[in-house]
Amino acid sequence: MGGFARVAWHVMRKDLTVEVRSREILFTTLFFAVSVVLVFSFALVREGRAPDDVAAGILWVAISFAGTLAMGRTFERERYNDTLRALILAPADRPAIYAGKLLGLLLLMALVEIVLVPLVALLFDAPILKYPGLLATLLAAGTLGFSAVGTLFAAMLVRVRSRDTLLPVLLYPITIPVMIAGVRGTAALFQATPDEPMARFWIGLLVFWDAVFVTLALWTFEPVMTE
Amino acid sequence: MRFLRVCAVIAVLFAAAPISMAAMQPQPPKEFVPADTIPQDEQIPAINLVAAAYGFVWFAVLGYVFSIARRLKTVETELAALESRKR
Amino acid sequence: MRKLTIPFLAVSAVMLVAAPWIINAAPYESTMGLVQKVFYFHFPSAILFLLASMICGINSVRVLFFRNLRADGWALAAAELGLLFGAITLVTGPLWARKAWGVWWVWDPRLTSSLMLWMIFGAYLLLRKYGGPGSERLGAGMALFGMLNVPFIYYSVNVWRTLHPMTSVVPTLPTDMGRPLWFCFTAFTLLFLALLNLRAGLEHQRVRVEALYLAEDEA
Repeated sequence: MGGFARVAWHVMRKDLTVEVRSREILFTTLFFAVSVVLVFSFALVREGRAPDDVAAGILWVAISFAGTLAMGRTFERERYNDTLRALILAPADRPAIYAGKLLGLLLLMALVEIVLVPLVALLFDAPILKYPGLLATLLAAGTLGFSAVGTLFAAMLVRVRSRDTLLPVLLYPITIPVMIAGVRGTAALFQATPDEPMARFWIGLLVFWDAVFVTLALWTFEPVMTE
Repeated sequence: MRFLRVCAVIAVLFAAAPISMAAMQPQPPKEFVPADTIPQDEQIPAINLVAAAYGFVWFAVLGYVFSIARRLKTVETELAALESRKR
Repeated sequence: MRKLTIPFLAVSAVMLVAAPWIINAAPYESTMGLVQKVFYFHFPSAILFLLASMICGINSVRVLFFRNLRADGWALAAAELGLLFGAITLVTGPLWARKAWGVWWVWDPRLTSSLMLWMIFGAYLLLRKYGGPGSERLGAGMALFGMLNVPFIYYSVNVWRTLHPMTSVVPTLPTDMGRPLWFCFTAFTLLFLALLNLRAGLEHQRVRVEALYLAEDEA
């Protein structure tokens, strides 16, 4: 177990170190997420008022689009430098490599969401400070589910020619349960009187989906990545 | 042994879904109420719908069968050509 | 298994041609009238749709964890059939719903999950088609995630009360309605098995042709 954690930590640290130097993926993803929020706001807001529950939807659409971009870019970087093959060849537990990449992606998405959530709250007058713990848990659970599947698929597609379009095509149908749970849970918390039991129900469901997805991904990473 | 392990994990994954769902029963969604009375001019005659449904089924199934037949013929001609070349 | 394909196809074709007469003889359902007759095609297609996803999932496990490349032909065939029967279900359903519920579509869990599963089959087939060499294992990995949807779809009706008839509706059908239903069910299942066989065989042939081309290039 110690070996697994150590490898995952090292892979994550490697990604972080590269990212901290250039900050390329962080800034571009962040800016893209903000643009998505703005574009959807312009599309849906009429006469200065937004339809009900639209804030939750916009937030999660932005997370999902930005996340897909970030995953694609992280593995593109690996492919460009051919470091993924080196990682796979290393005498390390393959699932640990997956875990490390996942942790790196989660950290990136956390940073993006720290900016995105207050922005959405500002634009749509959403009460994010009423149940901040629940909201944070909900976001974490949803992002984990989405990122777990995405990291696996992005790694799978690294050597496929039409990977840029295939990643969303494959990812979105499979992560729709996560999206539904995330949006409905967030909408429950963004209501004028937040619906706490509803949010807890969705968090419970998300945790279940996360457990299933992460377990399955850890399990299939090795057979799928090796020839 | 490995086969059994794989089956066991899959069985757990399958079983976990309904168990956890049954454990957390939410309130039923209150949004949708079916329309009982639609004005006469909005209604589509039932026979059109039934005919369209059956028609689609036939069209889809026959289309797929033809598609398989076509691909099967291509592959078999290719196979014959390759086998004769090999000899 | 191969020898049964032609008889299965023939029997199922005869049955499907006879089906409209048998369905016509069934009594009208009290509240929905004529349009309920779509049920006799819709319900078997829906079950076969789910069956196809299970076959695809199980064979994907065999490809990925047991290195069984022949299973890949079955997985691909099951996915195509899933697309076919899913399309039938998702088209006949709304045609029925327009009359029975007044709308073409509602976003309840069962319909949404079925549409989602259908999209997953589509994505799987796109990956297999455009994924290049080695896409058998990639597709298998992806199909595993798709297979997890199956229990969710089935139990969604029982857990969340929705507009869709409860799954226990079949045993309580009057026997006059049961007969045409089982008739159509048998016809569709025979068709499904015959097509699955054919398509898997086609895929195995195609793989052989590719291998022969490769051997020729190397010689």
